[in-house]
Amino acid sequence: MCGICGCGSTTIAGGIVPRDSQSHGHDHHHHDHHHHHESGAVGSAAEDATRRLRVERDILEDNNRAAGANRVWFTERGVLALNLLSAPGSGKTTLLVRTITDLMTAGTAADRPITVIEGDQQTDLDAARIRATGVPAIQINTGKGCHLDAAMVTRAATSLALAQGSVLFIENVGNLVCPAAFDLGETHRVVVVSVTEGEDKPLKYPDMFHSADLMLINKVDLLPHVAFDVERCVALARTVNPSLVALPVSATTGEGLDAWYGWLRAHHPAPRLAHAKPI
Amino acid sequence: MHELALTESILRIVETEAERQGFSSVRAVWLELGALSHADPDAIRFCFDTVTRGSLAEGARLTIERPPGQGWCMICSVTVPLARRFDPCPHCGGHQVQVTDGDDMRLTELEVA
Repeated sequence: MCGICGCGSTTIAGGIVPRDSQSHGHDHHHHDHHHHHESGAVGSAAEDATRRLRVERDILEDNNRAAGANRVWFTERGVLALNLLSAPGSGKTTLLVRTITDLMTAGTAADRPITVIEGDQQTDLDAARIRATGVPAIQINTGKGCHLDAAMVTRAATSLALAQGSVLFIENVGNLVCPAAFDLGETHRVVVVSVTEGEDKPLKYPDMFHSADLMLINKVDLLPHVAFDVERCVALARTVNPSLVALPVSATTGEGLDAWYGWLRAHHPAPRLAHAKPI
Repeated sequence: MHELALTESILRIVETEAERQGFSSVRAVWLELGALSHADPDAIRFCFDTVTRGSLAEGARLTIERPPGQGWCMICSVTVPLARRFDPCPHCGGHQVQVTDGDDMRLTELEVA
């Protein structure tokens, strides 16, 4: 990986996947600065033959195209794909482990198989925690990258034989800024904030809360010990996103989790193509 | 810093345009980064020189325009200016405002040779 610009390799489950973005070739490691004057002297006819072109292209178009394809793919298979977003340390993975364990105990996993894509800069520790529950998990290491993008999810989803009607949890890199811009093709965005953080996070990171469909307020078992006003947090989040649904939960004690599981059941789409096969 | 990924996307667009429209070097790039968009112009500038080094856009002049944010207040049924995404409607003070402009990030124009 490049320590100057930060671009690097993205690895999926231990394998190195070259990033499309390496087309700039890493020539920036050479800090001498070449200008290409060999085509003629400065001011020659060749140098002056410039033209202006209207381009009008969305900078995120590649990502949005891949996200659109992912969304069609998930929808056709009745997959509920959830992009889980939060700051580091909000308890996302613990919440996920508890959710999977509870849903499997309730017998839901039999008709709604669960699969997880884990995104972190380094290590497959989180994927290992998920696999310990018995569900398949694939780890994407973004290297220096600060977010998952749609193409990473395409590659990960392709390597997981996703069953019809399954629930796919995509745990994004812990970061409330960068992942907001990158549509993964998810069915819904779920942002997790914990009561050990500031209740004004929704105003400090408005893009993230604006784009979310559900906010889980985690670690509510700690409320007696911290100065966190749940109602104020919800009110601030709704100034950014008036239709945001908010559920207080504790992954440790289980408080509020039934409402979260109810939300999952209510948002599960019906498969649209009966014969779509996993790829 | 997701601006690195955004800048790499900009270079990819330039490269595909070069193939489509037949040019081999880029002298200037114009971007529109809406005031409510996900990009910080200074960070894009910082990344641009690094990402384009050794490419057909090395040394290109970068101009960034910042279209202001606008929204539609669903209560007042009027277009209102938005400096930030969560600003209330200046008329009714409510937050039922849908962003209508200033949210886009586009490569608008190139000067090429």
